[in-house]
Amino acid sequence: MSVVSAEALRERPVEAVPEDAHDDGLAPRAKFLPSLGAVYRAQLSRARVARIPLLFVATFQSIGIMILMRGVVDQGGREAQAVVAGSAVLVVAFVALNLLAQYFGQLRAAGGLDHYATLPVPPASVVLGAAGAYASFTVPGTVVTAVVGCAMFDLPLTHLWVLAAVIPLAGAALSGLGAALGLLAPRPELATLLGQLGMSAALLLGVLPADRMPEFVQYARDLLPSTYGVEAFARTFGDHPDWATVLLDLGVCAGVGVASLAVATWAYRRAAVR
Amino acid sequence: MCAVRGLSKTYPAARGRRGAPGTPAVRATDDVRLDIRRGEIFGLLGPNGAGKSTLVRQLTGLMRPDSGSVEILGHDIVRYPERAARILAYLGQESTALDELTVSLAAETTGRLRGLSLKDARAERDDVLEELGLTALAARPLKKLSGGQRRLACFAAALVGRRPLLVLDEPTTGMDPVARRAVWAAVDRRRAERGATVLLVTHNVIEAETVLDRVAVLDQGRVIACDSPAGLKERVAGEVRVELVWREKAPMELSEVARLRERAVESGRRWSLRLAPDEARSAVAAVTGGPAFDFLDDFTLATPSLEDVYLALGGSRSGVKGLVKA
Ligand SMILES: Nc1ncnc2c1ncn2[C@@H]1O[C@H](COP(=O)(O)OP(=O)(O)OP(=O)(O)O)[C@@H](O)[C@H]1O
Ligand SMILES: [Mg+2]
Repeated sequence: MSVVSAEALRERPVEAVPEDAHDDGLAPRAKFLPSLGAVYRAQLSRARVARIPLLFVATFQSIGIMILMRGVVDQGGREAQAVVAGSAVLVVAFVALNLLAQYFGQLRAAGGLDHYATLPVPPASVVLGAAGAYASFTVPGTVVTAVVGCAMFDLPLTHLWVLAAVIPLAGAALSGLGAALGLLAPRPELATLLGQLGMSAALLLGVLPADRMPEFVQYARDLLPSTYGVEAFARTFGDHPDWATVLLDLGVCAGVGVASLAVATWAYRRAAVR
Repeated sequence: MCAVRGLSKTYPAARGRRGAPGTPAVRATDDVRLDIRRGEIFGLLGPNGAGKSTLVRQLTGLMRPDSGSVEILGHDIVRYPERAARILAYLGQESTALDELTVSLAAETTGRLRGLSLKDARAERDDVLEELGLTALAARPLKKLSGGQRRLACFAAALVGRRPLLVLDEPTTGMDPVARRAVWAAVDRRRAERGATVLLVTHNVIEAETVLDRVAVLDQGRVIACDSPAGLKERVAGEVRVELVWREKAPMELSEVARLRERAVESGRRWSLRLAPDEARSAVAAVTGGPAFDFLDDFTLATPSLEDVYLALGGSRSGVKGLVKA
């Protein structure tokens, strides 16, 4: 080896890269579903190790808000339905949006993405695995909040099963948003801040009864993906829920979920190779 | 195996924020040329900030170089950075991605993400943890381990899912001698049994001397030497290192001491000199034979180690006077 001469710069590699790269010392790529499963499992165990206290915080925050609102809205009414649904979905927003934005912001800043970027894993597996794990992690908190809320506001538990659709779909929309914010924010503090703001928005726009808000706030409310999860859930408390509208709301959640997860995957790719 | 030509990367200058001064642009790798042969343990040696990590990140497809080419097993890594993940295993300087996992899950997940089936990933995980003596720690989260243990666990994760090239950025930082030996044994075994090639970043000169086949010395982004450890040592052969430690301060009024000072690198009471053998002999005779001896606390005479080569070649920052031989 010698110290480089000026010629070295002009010199190009001699061998051409073969078009078909298989059987050329390349190990196979990790497949989408198995690696999604592996990331999901790892992220869920991470969340269990480190995030359980935060889940309690999220749940108590939501229950606290419902206690406050009990003095303001009537039991069993439409507003009560909105408060309970909003508080339950707020748990999802806290974990999936806020904590996930924080996680990806810090991971990126500390060079942790290098680990994934040097493994032959599809970017979508990493993003969806993490998003899915965070969304699943919210399940106990959301269910507890919903049950406590129903008891407090005298609402029926009949259609609580709809949470089985609301949590994954609102979870997808919010965690996709959280992951995208975390990966796109230029600095980790900014990622944390954006996550917090997103959660505050979910709180203000999702929990407080919409009818009492000024008009521009109602528009903002329509822009927030968690709103549709809240509405879908709130509608199921009635005696004769309008299932078509519920389905429509859930469909919007799903659409936003797909879009935001796609953006997050794109953001991950961008962040992984600097 | 791995050919690097004219590789350059400059970190752009950053503007200062709110009164804080900005940072100038840094040319972190500067026209680097390297050839790593199959089955070789190749070392990158250099002071902090020499550009070792930056160089390695470009080889692993993590960073796009400004110019130059990287070819590994015939694949153009600059053009197809995603192929690097299918050829090599990388152990970076950071461990954040694995921090909150248990040792066992970190190794298993990494294996699965290298494309292993669940069964294979678990089998390899168990083998590697056993090999590195980590079995007892398998159920502990990395975050709750000591620095050296954590590093070893990350190293374990890097070994699950065999790869023909291992790129290790300071794998043994913070490790005790036992853990270090486990790392070197594992690296050696992979080379002996599977013909693996290893690219290793290190500061530890002793380590470099014993495990590496060839070393490239990096300084301010440039390769200033590349040879076997023995070959590098030959460059300063014929030089002897003389260390003098004075009791309080050197007796500068003595002319033989004043003369030596011109050649010495001083750090407190310690003087370090590199001299030709006969010069060294007369220097030692001068300070031990005359009145200077009363001021002397200790002295040593040693043949050069790779550390001396490192310091001698380090030129710009090592502060060693006049030893770089062209
Ligand atoms: N992200 C960055 N932005 C700007 N400059 C950087 C960045 N990372 C590294 N540098 C600068 O580039 C140079 C090379 O850094 P690099 O991390 O490659 O050094 P190194 O040889 O790995 O050092 P160490 O032994 O401390 O790990 C240093 O001067 C460093 O300050
Ligand atoms: Mg480094």
